[in-house]
Amino acid sequence: MTTTLSRMTPIAGRLPQPAGRAGFAGALRSEFTKIRSVRSTYWSLIILIIVTVGIGALASASSHPGDLGPHFDPANISLYGLVLGQLIIAVLGALTITSEYSTGMIRASLVVMPRRGTVIAAKAVVFGAVALVTGLMACFASFFLGQALMSGHHISTTLGQPDVLRAVIGGALFLTVCGLLGFGLGLILRHTAAAISAVVGLLFVLFILALRLPSSWQVSKWVPLNAGGQIWQAVPSQPSAHMFSAWTGFGVLCGYAAIAIIGGLILFRKRDA
Amino acid sequence: MIEVRNLTKRYGDTLAVDDLSFSVEPGKVTGFLGPNGAGKTTTMRMILGLDRPTKGSVTVHGTPFDQLDWPMRAVGALLDAKAIHGGRSARSHLLCLAQANNLARRRVDEVLEIVGMEEVAGKRSKDFSLGMGQRLGIAAALLGDPDILMFDEPVNGLDPDGILWIRNLMKALAAEGRTVFVSSHLMSEMENTADRLIVIGRGKLIADCTVKEFITAHSRQKVRVRTPQPELLAKLAASAGGTIRDNGDGVMVVQGLGPSQVGDLAFENGIRLHELAPAHASLEAAFMELTASSVQFHASVPADADRTPAYAGKAT
Repeated sequence: MTTTLSRMTPIAGRLPQPAGRAGFAGALRSEFTKIRSVRSTYWSLIILIIVTVGIGALASASSHPGDLGPHFDPANISLYGLVLGQLIIAVLGALTITSEYSTGMIRASLVVMPRRGTVIAAKAVVFGAVALVTGLMACFASFFLGQALMSGHHISTTLGQPDVLRAVIGGALFLTVCGLLGFGLGLILRHTAAAISAVVGLLFVLFILALRLPSSWQVSKWVPLNAGGQIWQAVPSQPSAHMFSAWTGFGVLCGYAAIAIIGGLILFRKRDA
Repeated sequence: MIEVRNLTKRYGDTLAVDDLSFSVEPGKVTGFLGPNGAGKTTTMRMILGLDRPTKGSVTVHGTPFDQLDWPMRAVGALLDAKAIHGGRSARSHLLCLAQANNLARRRVDEVLEIVGMEEVAGKRSKDFSLGMGQRLGIAAALLGDPDILMFDEPVNGLDPDGILWIRNLMKALAAEGRTVFVSSHLMSEMENTADRLIVIGRGKLIADCTVKEFITAHSRQKVRVRTPQPELLAKLAASAGGTIRDNGDGVMVVQGLGPSQVGDLAFENGIRLHELAPAHASLEAAFMELTASSVQFHASVPADADRTPAYAGKAT
């Protein structure tokens, strides 16, 4: 290092000027490099899988034949870890944005790519893809482990049963959209602590508050976890619970994420970085 | 070519940049000078499209920054060397930036070599020293082989070797015909590097000229004299039009008269001189004088009273 300190190194010759302009493809490659070049990505995704699978296994192991009834849903039980998994992925989504602000990297990112919408779109696509792949791994692992644990009591199900495959894949979609909701909140709030508080408040506290309200008010179905939770049930909720159907509920969750991201994007384009 | 026109930035009640207009030309090192808090960084951030101007406009090669086809080939900037993700290696950091402008992977290794960081390229940047971080920031600025380079206080916290390296680098870049725009709050830093100066204070333009013009216009002649008869000489020099500052121990600084004038004055009146030396009013002093009124917070105790007479006089 010190040997080169005072040595004047020649500057490389002029690079050829290419046609076209910097756009989405380059931004995608850039964001993919960013996400895979920090260790925290790997260990946080591993924690996500371990927590989701672990809680699903606990729930599955504690189920017994006495639970059997018209609404018994072994697929849903094995995916129970998503209740915590949604929080972890939403925090990760928020961190995708807020860590750029806390480190100052956002300025380097915007100086090389000042078209802000392109930067955010690339970030969202890369994070969404990583979240979906991780979610699929977590949900399929949860499902197979959970069913293996329940098969001893002969209460397990298989992917061939009605709506079971949809529930397992739906679990991964649910995680992805929760992650994108956190991403949008991160974009709006910019600070890690604020974004995490918002994520926990929206995904968890609202859910707990809604439990205390009479179900006839039909407020509960709008809570993110309840709306998005229908898609990872193979057996629909009881009519008395007043829940959305699987895909409608998922659409509501997607709507929340879209509002957060679009709101964040409008602010992001307007604000100083 | 950077063109700044009537640029204004207001944060709440504070006017950080106030109707600033100037242009930065290729083939030169242009120093952007001003006391801390004068609005240099804010101006640079507006040039780079990071901050939105309240009023006015900035163009780079005649285009707003966010409409440049390949931003990295037009402008490379070092704003804050610490503004990187500490968990990422130097190589990955540069790679993710390069990819945003479709630059080849081998360009990353080229700039790592230019800044002498090949051996630490795989290390995580949180383990880097300040100087190393600064080099990484410069490597990032050079990635796109840009026409324009902007450095915000690049020598802050560097050791003398590092300072020399950056100075030579800036000169070499300008000699290649590039536009080099570098900010500093230290005039002394610019004396050796810059060809042109843009001086601002409280967000307003104070001077826009060559370094030579700046020196001629703003550095007054000064003579340092030591004599056993200071009172007499002081009286005579004052009546001849000089301004006197007594440093004690018979040493005084006469401003406004040349060394020959002071020497003749002493000779004609039979005053013994033990020392007579022209003191170049440093650019630092001229700069201090020029910006003293625009410093936001005056220090109650001058840091270096001898080097900065004009400033010290006003501050105390």
